[in-house]
Amino acid sequence: MSTDHSAHSESGHGGAGAYAIGFVLAVILTAASFMIVMGHSLSPSGTLMAISVLAAIQVVVHLIFFLHMNTTAEAKWNNNVFLFTLMFVAIFIVGTLFIMDNTAAHMMSR
Amino acid sequence: MLGRLSFADIPVDVPILVGTFLGVAVIGITVLGLITYYGKWGYLWKEWFTSVDHKRLAVMYVVVGLLALARGFADAIMMRTQLALAYAGNPGYLPPHHYDQIFSAHGTIMIFFMAMVIMTALFNLVVPLQIGARDVAFPFLNNLSFWMTTVAFVLINVSLFIGEFSQCGWLAYPPLSEAQFSPGVGVDYYILAVQISGVGTLLTGVNFFVTIVKMRAPGMTWMKLPVFCWTALCACVLIMVAFPVLTVAVALLGLDRFLGMHFFTNDGGGNQMLYLDLIWAWGHPEVYILIIPAFGVFSEVVPTFSEKPLFGYATMVYATCAIMVLSFLVWVHHFFTMGAGADVNAFFGIMTMIISIPTGVKLFNWMFTMYKGRVEFHATMYWAIGFMITFSIGGMTGVMMAIPAADFVLHNSLFLIAHFHNVIIGGVYFGYVCGMNFWAPKALGFKFNEAWGKRAFWCWFIGFYFAFVPLYVLGFDGMTRRMNHYDNPNWYPWLLVAEVGAVMIFFGIVCQVTQIYVSIRDRNLPGNVDVTGDPWNARSLEWSTSSPPPPYNFAIIPHIHELDAFMHDKENGIDTRHAGGPYAPIHMPKNTAAGFFIGAFSFTLGFGLIWYIWWLAAISLVGVIATVIARSANHDVDYYIPAEEVARIENEHSRKLMAQAAE
Repeated sequence: MSTDHSAHSESGHGGAGAYAIGFVLAVILTAASFMIVMGHSLSPSGTLMAISVLAAIQVVVHLIFFLHMNTTAEAKWNNNVFLFTLMFVAIFIVGTLFIMDNTAAHMMSR
Repeated sequence: MLGRLSFADIPVDVPILVGTFLGVAVIGITVLGLITYYGKWGYLWKEWFTSVDHKRLAVMYVVVGLLALARGFADAIMMRTQLALAYAGNPGYLPPHHYDQIFSAHGTIMIFFMAMVIMTALFNLVVPLQIGARDVAFPFLNNLSFWMTTVAFVLINVSLFIGEFSQCGWLAYPPLSEAQFSPGVGVDYYILAVQISGVGTLLTGVNFFVTIVKMRAPGMTWMKLPVFCWTALCACVLIMVAFPVLTVAVALLGLDRFLGMHFFTNDGGGNQMLYLDLIWAWGHPEVYILIIPAFGVFSEVVPTFSEKPLFGYATMVYATCAIMVLSFLVWVHHFFTMGAGADVNAFFGIMTMIISIPTGVKLFNWMFTMYKGRVEFHATMYWAIGFMITFSIGGMTGVMMAIPAADFVLHNSLFLIAHFHNVIIGGVYFGYVCGMNFWAPKALGFKFNEAWGKRAFWCWFIGFYFAFVPLYVLGFDGMTRRMNHYDNPNWYPWLLVAEVGAVMIFFGIVCQVTQIYVSIRDRNLPGNVDVTGDPWNARSLEWSTSSPPPPYNFAIIPHIHELDAFMHDKENGIDTRHAGGPYAPIHMPKNTAAGFFIGAFSFTLGFGLIWYIWWLAAISLVGVIATVIARSANHDVDYYIPAEEVARIENEHSRKLMAQAAE
C-alpha cells in the first residue's frame, strides 16, 4: 500500500452535485440563523436554543457533504476517527462546563 | 504607510539588544557571505529549501531547533544571572520591562521552537523509515509545515530588534495580555508567532497520523509497529485534538486585542478564567505531545544497547495509549487555585495521579530491558539512564503537586519551575538528544563523536541538578516565579548555586556544539563513517537501508514478519533489502517552492498585522491564497526514478556492504 501514491483518489467523494447540495443547505442554515437573531422573533434563550440546533445541523451537513462521511466499509477509519473526536470534544465541553460552572459558583462571578 | 511602526520602536537605547543585534548581524553576514562565496545558493534552494524529502526536512528541523535552543538558553542564563545579582539593594542589570520579555520568550521559544521542532525532526527522520514507507503521506504539506514553523521562529526573533516581545509569560494570560494592560506589540508578536507555527504543527500531526495509519509496509500489523511509531501516532492524535483548541483560544485573545471584543476582558461580560480553561485544555496535552515521543526514543535506544528485545512491548503500547487519553482529563491541575471547588479539584487531582501508573509501567519496562542485558555504555545510553533517574524525581514532584492542598502552597512558586524543568529537561530534552545521537548516522552517514557526547551529558546532568534542586528549596521557602529582584537573605545563596548550574549547562551546550563540529570534521575516519547503514546492530527497519538512505528509502518495500523486523531478518538470514532486484521504476514527489512562498507570505502577513500595516497584510494574504491555488492547480508534481538508476544505487550499496563484510 505504501507504493501507492494515488491515495487521494479513493472512493467516497461525491461529485459536484453533492457539493452543490451541501453548499445550498449550508447557506440556508446560515441565513436562518441570521434571520432568527436579527429578527428578534424569539426570546433570548429561545434564540440561543434555535441557533445551537441550527449549528449542530450545520456540522452534520459539513461532515456528510464536504468531509464525505458515510457508512461504507472504506470509510471505517473516517468514522472511527470521528467517534474518537466526538469523545474528546465531549470530554472537553463537559469538563469545561463542570469547571467553569463550579468556579463561577465559588467565585460568585455570575 | 508603516502603521504604528516608527524609528522609536528600534531599541537602540538598550545596549544588550544592540550587542545582540551586532553579533547576529556579523554571524549572519558571515554565513550568507560564505554561502555566496562557495556558490551554494542554488544547491541549498534546489536540494534543501524546496525539498519534500522527509530526511532532509528532518535535518533542517534540527538546525532550526538548535538555533532555538541557543536563543532560549541565552534567555535562561540571563534570567539566572539577573537573580544572582538582584539581591537586596542591587536592581540587577535587567529592568523589569526587559526581564519580563525574557522569561516570556524563553518559555515560548523552548516549547514551540526548540522542543516541538526537534520532535518533528525525529518524526520526519524516523517514522517513514521505521514503517517501511518511501515518504510521508503528504510530502508537500511536510515542506509547508517546516516553513510555517521556521517563519514563526524568525518572527519571534524579529521582536528582539523591532518593537518588543510579550511580557505576559509563555501563555499570555488575560487580563494582563489584553490591549488595556499590554498596549504594545509584544503580545501581538506572541499571538502571530504561535498561530503561524500552530498551522505547521497541525499539518505535521495530520501528515504523520495518515502516514502511520495508511503507509505501513505489508505485514506490519499494529502490534508489530515499533514503539517510536506508536508514540509518534499518539502524539499526532494529541496534536490533532489539542492544537485547534490553542488556535481558538489565542484567536479569541487576538479578536479582543485587534477588534475590541470582550471574550477575556475584565469588563463587557468577558471572563479571563475561561482563557485559562481553554489554554490548558491544549497546554496539558501539549506537554504529553513532547514527552511521549521521548518515551519512544528510549524504547528504541535501550533495547538496542542492551542487545535484548524491549521488555513488555504490549504493555508499552497500552501505557502509551493510556497516557494519551488520560492527558485530556487533567488540565485543571494547572489552575487548582483559580477558585473551583473541592469536587472539581479532587477529580482532576486524582486523574493526574493516575497518569503516574502507566508512566511507572514504562520506567519498569526500560529497567527490565536492561536487566540481564548486555548493556553497552554508549553515549546515548548515558542520556537514557540519566533520563530514568531525573525523570523519576520530576514525576514524583509532579504527583506532589497533583494534591490540590499541596498545590495551594506550591502554585506559581519556584517549586513548580523546578518540577517542570525536571520533566522537560530530564525527560523531553534528554530524550531528544538521545534520539539525535542515536539516529545521526542514519541522517548524515557518520556517527557522532562519543567522547564529546559523554562530556555534554555530564555537564547537562550535573548542571541540571545544580540549577534546579535549589529551585525546589526556594519554592518551599516561598519564592515565586517571574520575580525580578528580592531582598530575602535566605534565597541569595541558593540562587548563586542555581547560577553555577546554569553555567554548567552552558558548558554542556558548548560540548554539544563541539561534538557536532568534531563529528563533521572526522566524518570520513574509518570508525566514524557508517558504511553498512546499521552501526548499532539495531532492531528496526530504518537500519536496513543505507546511511543516509536513498531518496526512495526502500528500493523494494520489505515484508514484515515480526516485531523488530530487521533483527528478525538478520537472525533468520533474510535479506530485508532484496538486493539484486528485480527493481521497478519508483514514483516520487517533485520538489516545490510553494511551501517556501506560503511561509514567506505568512511572515509578512504576521508582520503586517502586528504593526497595523494593513496593505502589507492584505497583499500577503492574497499571496498565501494565490500560492495555494497555484500549487493545487499544478499537476506536474511527481516523477519516476528509472529502474536502472535504482539498480545502480542499490548495487553500489551492496558492493560497500560486501567490502565491509570482507574486512
